[in-house]
Amino acid sequence: MSVLYEVPGPRARRLARIVSVVVIVLLVAGVTWLVVQLALPRTTATGSVQPGLLDPSRWDVLRDLAVWRSLGRALLGTLSMAGVAAVLALVIGVLFSFGRTARSAFVRVPVTVVLEFFRGMPVLLMMFFILLVFAAQAYWAGVWALAVYNGALIGEILRAGVAALPRGQREAGLTIGLSPLRTRLLIEFPQAVRNMLPIIIAQLVVLLKDTALAYIIGYDELLNTVRSLSNFFGNQYFFSLFFVVLAIYLTLNLLLSWVARFVAARTGPNAGRPRIPRRGVHPQGTKH
Amino acid sequence: MDAVIEHFGTFLSGFGRTLALLGIAGAGALVIGTVVAGMRISPVAPMRAVATVYTEVFRNIPLTLVLFACAFVLPYVGVRFAGLDPQSGYFVLACIGLTAYTAPFIAEALRSGINAIPLGQAEAARAIGLTFGQTLGIVILPQAVRMVIPPIINVLIALTKNTSVAGGFFVVELVASSRRVINERGDETIAILLAVAAFYLVVTVTLGRIAAVVEARVAVLR
Repeated sequence: MSVLYEVPGPRARRLARIVSVVVIVLLVAGVTWLVVQLALPRTTATGSVQPGLLDPSRWDVLRDLAVWRSLGRALLGTLSMAGVAAVLALVIGVLFSFGRTARSAFVRVPVTVVLEFFRGMPVLLMMFFILLVFAAQAYWAGVWALAVYNGALIGEILRAGVAALPRGQREAGLTIGLSPLRTRLLIEFPQAVRNMLPIIIAQLVVLLKDTALAYIIGYDELLNTVRSLSNFFGNQYFFSLFFVVLAIYLTLNLLLSWVARFVAARTGPNAGRPRIPRRGVHPQGTKH
Repeated sequence: MDAVIEHFGTFLSGFGRTLALLGIAGAGALVIGTVVAGMRISPVAPMRAVATVYTEVFRNIPLTLVLFACAFVLPYVGVRFAGLDPQSGYFVLACIGLTAYTAPFIAEALRSGINAIPLGQAEAARAIGLTFGQTLGIVILPQAVRMVIPPIINVLIALTKNTSVAGGFFVVELVASSRRVINERGDETIAILLAVAAFYLVVTVTLGRIAAVVEARVAVLR
Protein backbone atom coordinates (compact mmCIF):
# COMPACT_ATOMS: atom_id res chain seq x y z
CA MET A 1 0.00 0.00 0.00
CA SER A 2 1.37 3.37 -0.95
CA VAL A 3 1.47 6.48 1.13
CA LEU A 4 -0.19 8.28 -1.77
CA TYR A 5 -3.67 6.96 -1.03
CA GLU A 6 -5.79 5.71 1.83
CA VAL A 7 -6.52 2.07 2.50
CA PRO A 8 -9.39 1.73 0.04
CA GLY A 9 -12.91 1.65 1.42
CA PRO A 10 -15.82 -0.20 -0.19
CA ARG A 11 -16.43 2.51 -2.78
CA ALA A 12 -12.77 2.80 -3.77
CA ARG A 13 -12.50 -0.98 -3.93
CA ARG A 14 -15.50 -1.15 -6.23
CA LEU A 15 -14.04 1.59 -8.43
CA ALA A 16 -10.69 -0.21 -8.53
CA ARG A 17 -12.46 -3.41 -9.53
CA ILE A 18 -14.32 -1.65 -12.33
CA VAL A 19 -11.15 0.01 -13.60
CA SER A 20 -9.30 -3.32 -13.41
CA VAL A 21 -11.98 -5.04 -15.47
CA VAL A 22 -11.96 -2.23 -18.05
CA VAL A 23 -8.17 -2.31 -18.32
CA ILE A 24 -8.10 -6.08 -18.70
CA VAL A 25 -10.94 -6.09 -21.25
CA LEU A 26 -9.23 -3.37 -23.31
CA LEU A 27 -5.94 -5.23 -23.16
CA VAL A 28 -7.46 -8.57 -24.14
CA ALA A 29 -9.38 -6.88 -26.94
CA GLY A 30 -6.21 -5.24 -28.26
CA VAL A 31 -4.18 -8.43 -28.17
CA THR A 32 -7.03 -10.40 -29.76
CA TRP A 33 -7.33 -7.84 -32.55
CA LEU A 34 -3.60 -8.06 -33.22
CA VAL A 35 -3.61 -11.86 -33.24
CA VAL A 36 -6.69 -12.01 -35.46
CA GLN A 37 -5.16 -9.52 -37.87
CA LEU A 38 -1.97 -11.56 -38.02
CA ALA A 39 -3.90 -14.83 -38.33
CA LEU A 40 -6.03 -13.72 -41.29
CA PRO A 41 -4.96 -15.18 -44.62
CA ARG A 42 -3.78 -12.63 -47.14
CA THR A 43 -3.65 -12.29 -50.85
CA THR A 44 -0.17 -11.29 -51.87
CA ALA A 45 0.71 -8.89 -54.66
CA THR A 46 1.23 -11.80 -57.01
CA GLY A 47 -2.33 -13.02 -56.45
CA SER A 48 -1.52 -16.15 -54.46
CA VAL A 49 -3.23 -16.57 -51.09
CA GLN A 50 -0.94 -16.76 -48.08
CA PRO A 51 -2.20 -18.55 -44.95
CA GLY A 52 -2.39 -16.53 -41.69
CA LEU A 53 0.44 -16.25 -39.23
CA LEU A 54 -0.93 -18.92 -36.90
CA ASP A 55 -0.88 -21.49 -39.67
CA PRO A 56 1.80 -24.19 -39.14
CA SER A 57 3.06 -23.61 -42.67
CA ARG A 58 4.30 -20.18 -41.55
CA TRP A 59 6.40 -21.68 -38.77
CA ASP A 60 7.66 -25.03 -40.09
CA VAL A 61 10.91 -23.36 -41.14
CA LEU A 62 11.84 -23.42 -37.46
CA ARG A 63 12.07 -27.22 -37.66
CA ASP A 64 14.98 -26.78 -40.04
CA LEU A 65 18.27 -27.01 -38.17
CA ALA A 66 20.00 -24.83 -40.75
CA VAL A 67 17.76 -21.92 -39.72
CA TRP A 68 18.78 -22.25 -36.10
CA ARG A 69 22.38 -22.58 -37.15
CA SER A 70 22.28 -19.28 -39.02
CA LEU A 71 20.35 -17.64 -36.20
CA GLY A 72 23.04 -18.91 -33.83
CA ARG A 73 25.75 -17.55 -36.09
CA ALA A 74 23.98 -14.19 -36.22
CA LEU A 75 23.60 -14.18 -32.44
CA LEU A 76 27.33 -14.85 -32.15
CA GLY A 77 27.93 -11.98 -34.57
CA THR A 78 25.81 -9.68 -32.42
CA LEU A 79 27.45 -10.84 -29.19
CA SER A 80 30.96 -10.59 -30.61
CA MET A 81 30.29 -7.05 -31.83
CA ALA A 82 28.90 -6.14 -28.40
CA GLY A 83 31.75 -7.87 -26.54
CA VAL A 84 34.60 -6.34 -28.53
CA ALA A 85 32.94 -2.93 -28.46
CA ALA A 86 32.37 -3.19 -24.70
CA VAL A 87 36.04 -3.95 -23.98
CA LEU A 88 37.18 -1.12 -26.26
CA ALA A 89 34.59 1.22 -24.72
CA LEU A 90 35.92 0.52 -21.23
CA VAL A 91 39.50 1.21 -22.35
CA ILE A 92 38.45 4.39 -24.20
CA GLY A 93 36.36 5.41 -21.19
CA VAL A 94 39.34 5.15 -18.84
CA LEU A 95 41.49 7.15 -21.27
CA PHE A 96 38.78 9.81 -21.64
CA SER A 97 38.36 10.11 -17.88
CA PHE A 98 42.13 10.66 -17.54
CA GLY A 99 42.18 13.25 -20.29
CA ARG A 100 39.13 15.00 -18.92
CA THR A 101 40.72 15.47 -15.48
CA ALA A 102 44.28 16.15 -16.67
CA ARG A 103 46.07 18.96 -14.86
CA SER A 104 47.30 20.55 -18.08
CA ALA A 105 44.64 22.58 -19.86
CA PHE A 106 46.30 21.65 -23.16
CA VAL A 107 45.06 18.11 -22.63
CA ARG A 108 41.89 18.78 -20.68
CA VAL A 109 40.20 21.27 -22.97
CA PRO A 110 40.61 19.40 -26.30
CA VAL A 111 39.58 16.12 -24.66
CA THR A 112 36.49 17.76 -23.19
CA VAL A 113 35.53 19.17 -26.59
CA VAL A 114 36.05 15.83 -28.35
CA LEU A 115 34.11 14.03 -25.64
CA GLU A 116 31.18 16.41 -25.87
CA PHE A 117 31.24 16.03 -29.64
CA PHE A 118 31.03 12.23 -29.47
CA ARG A 119 28.31 12.33 -26.83
CA GLY A 120 26.13 14.48 -29.06
CA MET A 121 26.43 12.28 -32.16
CA PRO A 122 24.00 9.56 -33.23
CA VAL A 123 25.80 6.20 -33.18
CA LEU A 124 24.41 5.52 -36.63
CA LEU A 125 26.11 8.61 -38.05
CA MET A 126 29.40 7.47 -36.52
CA MET A 127 28.94 4.03 -38.08
CA PHE A 128 28.42 5.62 -41.48
CA PHE A 129 31.43 7.86 -40.96
CA ILE A 130 33.75 4.93 -40.19
CA LEU A 131 32.17 2.83 -42.94
CA LEU A 132 32.57 5.47 -45.64
CA VAL A 133 35.60 7.50 -44.60
CA PHE A 134 37.84 4.68 -43.39
CA ALA A 135 36.34 2.18 -45.84
CA ALA A 136 36.02 -0.26 -42.94
CA GLN A 137 34.04 -3.48 -42.97
CA ALA A 138 30.54 -3.20 -41.52
CA TYR A 139 31.63 -5.21 -38.48
CA TRP A 140 34.49 -2.88 -37.55
CA ALA A 141 32.46 0.22 -38.35
CA GLY A 142 29.87 -1.02 -35.86
CA VAL A 143 32.44 -1.98 -33.25
CA TRP A 144 34.36 1.30 -33.35
CA ALA A 145 31.28 3.52 -33.46
CA LEU A 146 29.79 1.73 -30.45
CA ALA A 147 33.17 1.74 -28.66
CA VAL A 148 33.83 5.45 -29.13
CA TYR A 149 30.27 6.56 -28.32
CA ASN A 150 29.93 4.39 -25.22
CA GLY A 151 33.54 5.09 -24.28
CA ALA A 152 32.71 8.79 -24.12
CA LEU A 153 29.72 8.05 -21.87
CA ILE A 154 31.67 5.64 -19.64
CA GLY A 155 34.44 8.24 -19.39
CA GLU A 156 31.94 10.72 -18.01
CA ILE A 157 30.56 8.10 -15.60
CA LEU A 158 34.07 7.29 -14.31
CA ARG A 159 34.91 10.98 -13.95
CA ALA A 160 31.75 11.53 -11.95
CA GLY A 161 32.63 8.49 -9.83
CA VAL A 162 36.09 9.85 -9.05
CA ALA A 163 34.71 13.32 -8.37
CA ALA A 164 32.19 11.90 -5.91
CA LEU A 165 34.90 10.33 -3.73
CA PRO A 166 35.85 12.12 -0.51
CA ARG A 167 38.83 14.39 -1.12
CA GLY A 168 40.75 12.71 1.69
CA GLN A 169 41.21 9.61 -0.46
CA ARG A 170 43.36 11.42 -2.99
CA GLU A 171 45.16 13.47 -0.33
CA ALA A 172 45.98 10.32 1.63
CA GLY A 173 47.40 8.68 -1.48
CA LEU A 174 49.59 11.67 -2.28
CA THR A 175 50.67 11.95 1.37
CA ILE A 176 52.05 8.43 1.52
CA GLY A 177 54.19 9.28 -1.48
CA LEU A 178 52.27 7.79 -4.39
CA SER A 179 52.52 9.65 -7.66
CA PRO A 180 49.27 11.29 -8.90
CA LEU A 181 48.92 8.53 -11.50
CA ARG A 182 49.34 5.73 -8.98
CA THR A 183 46.95 7.48 -6.59
CA ARG A 184 44.38 7.53 -9.36
CA LEU A 185 44.95 3.92 -10.34
CA LEU A 186 45.41 2.33 -6.92
CA ILE A 187 43.11 4.38 -4.71
CA GLU A 188 40.54 6.38 -6.66
CA PHE A 189 39.66 4.10 -9.57
CA PRO A 190 38.90 0.93 -7.60
CA GLN A 191 36.42 2.84 -5.46
CA ALA A 192 34.93 4.82 -8.35
CA VAL A 193 34.43 1.69 -10.47
CA ARG A 194 32.81 -0.09 -7.55
CA ASN A 195 30.40 2.77 -6.93
CA MET A 196 29.58 3.22 -10.60
CA LEU A 197 29.40 -0.46 -11.59
CA PRO A 198 25.58 -0.58 -11.84
CA ILE A 199 25.55 2.46 -14.15
CA ILE A 200 28.41 1.06 -16.24
CA ILE A 201 26.60 -2.26 -16.66
CA ALA A 202 23.39 -0.41 -17.60
CA GLN A 203 25.43 1.40 -20.26
CA LEU A 204 26.72 -1.94 -21.55
CA VAL A 205 23.11 -3.14 -21.87
CA VAL A 206 22.47 -0.06 -24.02
CA LEU A 207 25.52 -0.99 -26.08
CA LEU A 208 24.16 -4.49 -26.66
CA LYS A 209 20.83 -3.01 -27.76
CA ASP A 210 22.59 -0.62 -30.11
CA THR A 211 24.33 -3.44 -31.99
CA ALA A 212 20.99 -3.76 -33.80
CA LEU A 213 21.91 -0.49 -35.56
CA ALA A 214 24.45 -2.50 -37.54
CA TYR A 215 21.45 -3.85 -39.44
CA ILE A 216 21.17 -0.50 -41.16
CA ILE A 217 24.81 -0.53 -42.29
CA GLY A 218 24.37 -4.08 -43.57
CA TYR A 219 26.20 -6.19 -41.00
CA ASP A 220 24.94 -9.78 -40.74
CA GLU A 221 23.49 -9.55 -37.26
CA LEU A 222 20.18 -11.01 -36.10
CA LEU A 223 17.83 -8.63 -37.89
CA ASN A 224 19.65 -8.92 -41.21
CA THR A 225 19.55 -12.70 -40.88
CA VAL A 226 15.75 -12.45 -40.75
CA ARG A 227 15.96 -10.81 -44.14
CA SER A 228 18.39 -13.23 -45.73
CA LEU A 229 16.65 -16.30 -44.28
CA SER A 230 13.23 -15.18 -45.53
CA ASN A 231 14.76 -14.42 -48.92
CA PHE A 232 16.10 -17.94 -49.00
CA PHE A 233 13.20 -19.93 -47.52
CA GLY A 234 10.37 -17.73 -48.73
CA ASN A 235 8.75 -14.50 -47.64
CA GLN A 236 6.00 -16.25 -45.68
CA TYR A 237 8.55 -16.84 -42.91
CA PHE A 238 9.49 -13.16 -42.59
CA PHE A 239 7.26 -12.41 -39.59
CA SER A 240 7.83 -15.74 -37.86
CA LEU A 241 11.57 -15.19 -37.97
CA PHE A 242 11.17 -11.56 -36.88
CA PHE A 243 9.23 -12.64 -33.80
CA VAL A 244 11.90 -15.23 -32.99
CA VAL A 245 14.60 -12.56 -33.17
CA LEU A 246 12.46 -10.21 -31.07
CA ALA A 247 12.21 -12.93 -28.42
CA ILE A 248 15.98 -13.52 -28.53
CA TYR A 249 16.72 -9.82 -28.00
CA LEU A 250 14.15 -9.50 -25.24
CA THR A 251 15.50 -12.53 -23.36
CA LEU A 252 19.09 -11.39 -23.72
CA ASN A 253 18.45 -7.83 -22.56
CA LEU A 254 16.11 -8.75 -19.72
CA LEU A 255 18.76 -11.21 -18.50
CA LEU A 256 21.47 -8.53 -18.63
CA SER A 257 19.22 -5.93 -16.97
CA TRP A 258 18.54 -8.44 -14.23
CA VAL A 259 22.29 -8.98 -13.79
CA ALA A 260 22.72 -5.21 -13.61
CA ARG A 261 20.09 -4.97 -10.89
CA PHE A 262 21.66 -7.87 -9.00
CA VAL A 263 25.08 -6.24 -9.16
CA ALA A 264 23.59 -2.92 -8.09
CA ALA A 265 22.08 -4.57 -5.04
CA ARG A 266 25.37 -6.33 -4.21
CA THR A 267 27.99 -3.69 -4.87
CA GLY A 268 26.21 -0.35 -4.87
CA PRO A 269 26.89 2.24 -2.19
CA ASN A 270 24.19 0.64 -0.04
CA ALA A 271 25.39 -2.94 -0.43
CA GLY A 272 24.93 -5.10 2.62
CA ARG A 273 22.84 -2.57 4.47
CA PRO A 274 19.27 -3.50 5.27
CA ARG A 275 16.91 -1.73 2.94
CA ILE A 276 14.97 0.80 4.95
CA PRO A 277 12.49 2.75 2.85
CA ARG A 278 13.13 6.20 4.13
CA ARG A 279 12.17 8.43 1.27
CA GLY A 280 9.94 8.16 -1.69
CA VAL A 281 6.27 7.64 -2.18
CA HIS A 282 6.46 4.73 -4.54
CA PRO A 283 3.93 1.94 -3.93
CA GLN A 284 6.58 -0.68 -3.34
CA GLY A 285 8.61 1.68 -1.19
CA THR A 286 6.57 1.89 1.98
CA LYS A 287 4.42 -0.54 3.80
CA HIS A 288 1.48 0.53 5.90
CA MET B 1 32.83 22.01 -48.74
CA ASP B 2 31.06 23.12 -51.92
CA ALA B 3 29.05 19.88 -51.94
CA VAL B 4 27.51 20.98 -48.64
CA ILE B 5 26.70 24.44 -49.95
CA GLU B 6 25.44 23.08 -53.25
CA HIS B 7 23.05 20.64 -51.56
CA PHE B 8 22.18 22.83 -48.61
CA GLY B 9 18.48 22.60 -49.48
CA THR B 10 18.58 18.79 -49.18
CA PHE B 11 20.22 19.10 -45.78
CA LEU B 12 17.67 21.64 -44.61
CA SER B 13 14.70 19.50 -45.64
CA GLY B 14 16.32 16.52 -43.91
CA PHE B 15 16.94 18.64 -40.83
CA GLY B 16 13.32 19.78 -40.92
CA ARG B 17 12.16 16.19 -40.95
CA THR B 18 14.51 15.34 -38.06
CA LEU B 19 13.07 18.25 -36.07
CA ALA B 20 9.53 17.14 -36.95
CA LEU B 21 10.29 13.60 -35.72
CA LEU B 22 11.78 15.07 -32.54
CA GLY B 23 8.82 17.39 -31.97
CA ILE B 24 6.03 14.91 -32.65
CA ALA B 25 7.62 11.89 -30.98
CA GLY B 26 8.84 14.07 -28.08
CA ALA B 27 5.38 15.51 -27.43
CA GLY B 28 3.76 12.08 -27.80
CA ALA B 29 6.29 10.47 -25.47
CA LEU B 30 5.79 13.20 -22.85
CA VAL B 31 2.02 12.63 -22.85
CA ILE B 32 2.15 8.83 -22.89
CA GLY B 33 5.10 8.76 -20.49
CA THR B 34 3.17 10.86 -17.95
CA VAL B 35 0.17 8.56 -18.26
CA VAL B 36 2.38 5.48 -17.84
CA ALA B 37 4.12 7.01 -14.81
CA GLY B 38 0.71 7.76 -13.31
CA MET B 39 -0.39 4.19 -13.98
CA ARG B 40 2.72 2.81 -12.31
CA ILE B 41 1.92 4.55 -9.03
CA SER B 42 -1.87 4.17 -9.26
CA PRO B 43 -3.88 2.27 -6.64
CA VAL B 44 -5.23 -0.13 -9.28
CA ALA B 45 -3.05 -3.23 -9.50
CA PRO B 46 -3.76 -4.21 -13.15
CA MET B 47 -2.87 -0.69 -14.30
CA ARG B 48 0.42 -0.95 -12.43
CA ALA B 49 1.07 -4.33 -14.03
CA VAL B 50 0.29 -3.12 -17.56
CA ALA B 51 2.53 -0.08 -17.16
CA THR B 52 5.37 -2.14 -15.71
CA VAL B 53 5.27 -4.74 -18.47
CA TYR B 54 5.13 -2.03 -21.16
CA THR B 55 8.10 -0.22 -19.63
CA GLU B 56 10.20 -3.36 -19.22
CA VAL B 57 9.48 -4.69 -22.70
CA PHE B 58 10.13 -1.47 -24.60
CA ARG B 59 13.25 -0.61 -22.63
CA ASN B 60 14.73 -3.98 -23.54
CA ILE B 61 14.01 -4.04 -27.27
CA PRO B 62 16.49 -2.28 -29.55
CA LEU B 63 15.00 0.77 -31.24
CA THR B 64 15.95 -0.71 -34.60
CA LEU B 65 13.57 -3.62 -33.95
CA VAL B 66 10.79 -1.28 -32.81
CA LEU B 67 11.04 0.77 -35.99
CA PHE B 68 11.40 -2.41 -38.06
CA ALA B 69 8.12 -3.63 -36.57
CA CYS B 70 6.50 -0.26 -37.27
CA ALA B 71 7.68 -0.20 -40.86
CA PHE B 72 6.78 -3.81 -41.73
CA VAL B 73 4.41 -5.38 -39.17
CA LEU B 74 2.06 -2.44 -38.55
CA PRO B 75 1.11 -1.99 -42.22
CA TYR B 76 0.56 -5.76 -42.41
CA VAL B 77 -2.00 -5.77 -39.56
CA GLY B 78 -3.84 -2.90 -41.18
CA VAL B 79 -2.28 0.22 -39.65
CA ARG B 80 -1.83 1.96 -42.97
CA PHE B 81 -1.98 5.59 -43.75
CA ALA B 82 -3.86 5.47 -46.98
CA GLY B 83 -4.22 8.78 -48.73
CA LEU B 84 -0.69 9.70 -47.72
CA ASP B 85 2.17 9.11 -50.08
CA PRO B 86 4.51 6.28 -48.95
CA GLN B 87 7.10 8.74 -47.67
CA SER B 88 4.74 10.46 -45.22
CA GLY B 89 3.19 7.09 -44.39
CA TYR B 90 6.57 5.85 -43.19
CA PHE B 91 7.07 9.17 -41.41
CA VAL B 92 3.91 8.60 -39.35
CA LEU B 93 4.94 4.99 -38.64
CA ALA B 94 8.37 6.17 -37.48
CA CYS B 95 6.70 8.74 -35.20
CA ILE B 96 4.61 5.96 -33.65
CA GLY B 97 7.69 3.81 -33.11
CA LEU B 98 9.81 6.61 -31.62
CA THR B 99 6.94 7.64 -29.33
CA ALA B 100 6.36 4.09 -28.10
CA TYR B 101 10.10 3.63 -27.54
CA THR B 102 10.70 6.95 -25.75
CA ALA B 103 7.61 7.03 -23.50
CA PRO B 104 8.95 4.43 -21.00
CA PHE B 105 12.14 6.45 -20.53
CA ILE B 106 10.08 9.57 -19.79
CA ALA B 107 7.92 7.53 -17.40
CA GLU B 108 10.98 6.22 -15.56
CA ALA B 109 12.43 9.73 -15.25
CA LEU B 110 9.12 11.01 -13.86
CA ARG B 111 8.80 8.10 -11.49
CA SER B 112 12.28 8.61 -10.07
CA GLY B 113 11.39 12.26 -9.57
CA ILE B 114 8.22 11.27 -7.72
CA ASN B 115 10.29 8.85 -5.63
CA ALA B 116 12.65 11.63 -4.64
CA ILE B 117 9.90 13.73 -3.04
CA PRO B 118 10.17 13.45 0.75
CA LEU B 119 7.59 11.12 2.22
CA GLY B 120 6.26 13.85 4.53
CA GLN B 121 4.84 15.75 1.54
CA ALA B 122 2.51 12.92 0.61
CA GLU B 123 1.69 12.23 4.23
CA ALA B 124 0.81 15.87 4.82
CA ALA B 125 -1.36 15.94 1.70
CA ARG B 126 -3.23 12.87 2.82
CA ALA B 127 -3.51 14.14 6.38
CA ILE B 128 -5.44 17.18 5.20
CA GLY B 129 -7.78 14.87 3.32
CA LEU B 130 -6.66 15.16 -0.30
CA THR B 131 -7.56 12.30 -2.63
CA PHE B 132 -5.02 10.34 -4.69
CA GLY B 133 -5.58 12.59 -7.69
CA GLN B 134 -5.26 15.76 -5.62
CA THR B 135 -2.19 14.48 -3.75
CA LEU B 136 -0.51 13.72 -7.03
CA GLY B 137 -1.71 16.75 -9.00
CA ILE B 138 -1.38 19.51 -6.42
CA VAL B 139 1.40 18.36 -4.11
CA ILE B 140 3.66 15.69 -5.61
CA LEU B 141 3.85 16.37 -9.36
CA PRO B 142 4.55 20.12 -9.18
CA GLN B 143 7.60 19.36 -7.07
CA ALA B 144 8.61 16.28 -9.05
CA VAL B 145 8.37 18.00 -12.45
CA ARG B 146 10.87 20.63 -11.40
CA MET B 147 13.34 17.95 -10.40
CA VAL B 148 12.87 15.77 -13.46
CA ILE B 149 13.27 18.46 -16.12
CA PRO B 150 17.04 17.84 -16.53
CA PRO B 151 16.67 14.04 -16.87
CA ILE B 152 13.73 14.52 -19.24
CA ILE B 153 15.82 16.83 -21.40
CA ASN B 154 18.47 14.09 -21.44
CA VAL B 155 15.81 11.70 -22.74
CA LEU B 156 14.93 14.25 -25.44
CA ILE B 157 18.62 14.56 -26.39
CA ALA B 158 18.73 10.78 -26.75
CA LEU B 159 15.56 11.00 -28.87
CA THR B 160 17.24 13.57 -31.13
CA LYS B 161 20.01 11.09 -31.81
CA ASN B 162 17.53 8.20 -32.11
CA THR B 163 15.61 9.93 -34.91
CA SER B 164 18.57 8.96 -37.11
CA VAL B 165 17.45 5.32 -36.91
CA ALA B 166 14.27 6.27 -38.79
CA GLY B 167 16.62 7.06 -41.68
CA GLY B 168 17.13 3.32 -42.04
CA PHE B 169 13.39 2.80 -42.48
CA PHE B 170 12.44 4.92 -45.48
CA VAL B 171 12.19 8.29 -43.69
CA VAL B 172 14.45 10.79 -45.42
CA GLU B 173 15.67 12.66 -42.37
CA LEU B 174 19.11 14.18 -41.85
CA VAL B 175 21.25 11.02 -42.08
CA ALA B 176 19.26 9.54 -44.97
CA SER B 177 19.37 12.79 -46.95
CA SER B 178 23.13 13.04 -46.35
CA ARG B 179 23.50 9.57 -47.85
CA ARG B 180 21.69 10.78 -50.94
CA VAL B 181 24.11 13.67 -51.21
CA ILE B 182 27.06 11.29 -50.68
CA ASN B 183 25.79 9.13 -53.54
CA GLU B 184 26.17 12.16 -55.75
CA ARG B 185 29.31 13.66 -54.28
CA GLY B 186 31.39 10.74 -53.00
CA ASP B 187 34.50 12.91 -53.11
CA GLU B 188 33.35 15.05 -50.20
CA THR B 189 32.11 12.37 -47.81
CA ILE B 190 33.95 13.80 -44.79
CA ALA B 191 32.66 17.35 -45.24
CA ILE B 192 29.09 16.11 -45.77
CA LEU B 193 29.10 13.90 -42.66
CA LEU B 194 30.66 16.66 -40.55
CA ALA B 195 27.93 19.03 -41.74
CA VAL B 196 25.32 16.51 -40.57
CA ALA B 197 27.16 16.26 -37.25
CA ALA B 198 26.97 20.04 -36.92
CA PHE B 199 23.19 19.97 -37.45
CA TYR B 200 22.81 17.40 -34.66
CA LEU B 201 25.08 19.39 -32.36
CA VAL B 202 22.91 22.48 -32.85
CA VAL B 203 19.98 20.59 -31.33
CA THR B 204 21.77 18.50 -28.69
CA VAL B 205 24.01 21.29 -27.41
CA THR B 206 21.04 23.68 -27.18
CA LEU B 207 19.02 21.13 -25.24
CA GLY B 208 22.05 20.38 -23.05
CA ARG B 209 22.49 24.05 -22.20
CA ILE B 210 18.80 24.34 -21.28
CA ALA B 211 19.20 21.30 -19.01
CA ALA B 212 22.25 22.86 -17.34
CA VAL B 213 20.45 26.18 -16.75
CA VAL B 214 17.37 24.45 -15.33
CA GLU B 215 19.55 22.26 -13.14
CA ALA B 216 21.33 25.29 -11.73
CA ARG B 217 18.01 27.01 -10.98
CA VAL B 218 16.53 23.97 -9.30
CA ALA B 219 19.69 23.56 -7.23
CA VAL B 220 19.24 27.09 -5.90
CA LEU B 221 15.59 26.47 -5.10
CA ARG B 222 16.13 23.35 -3.06
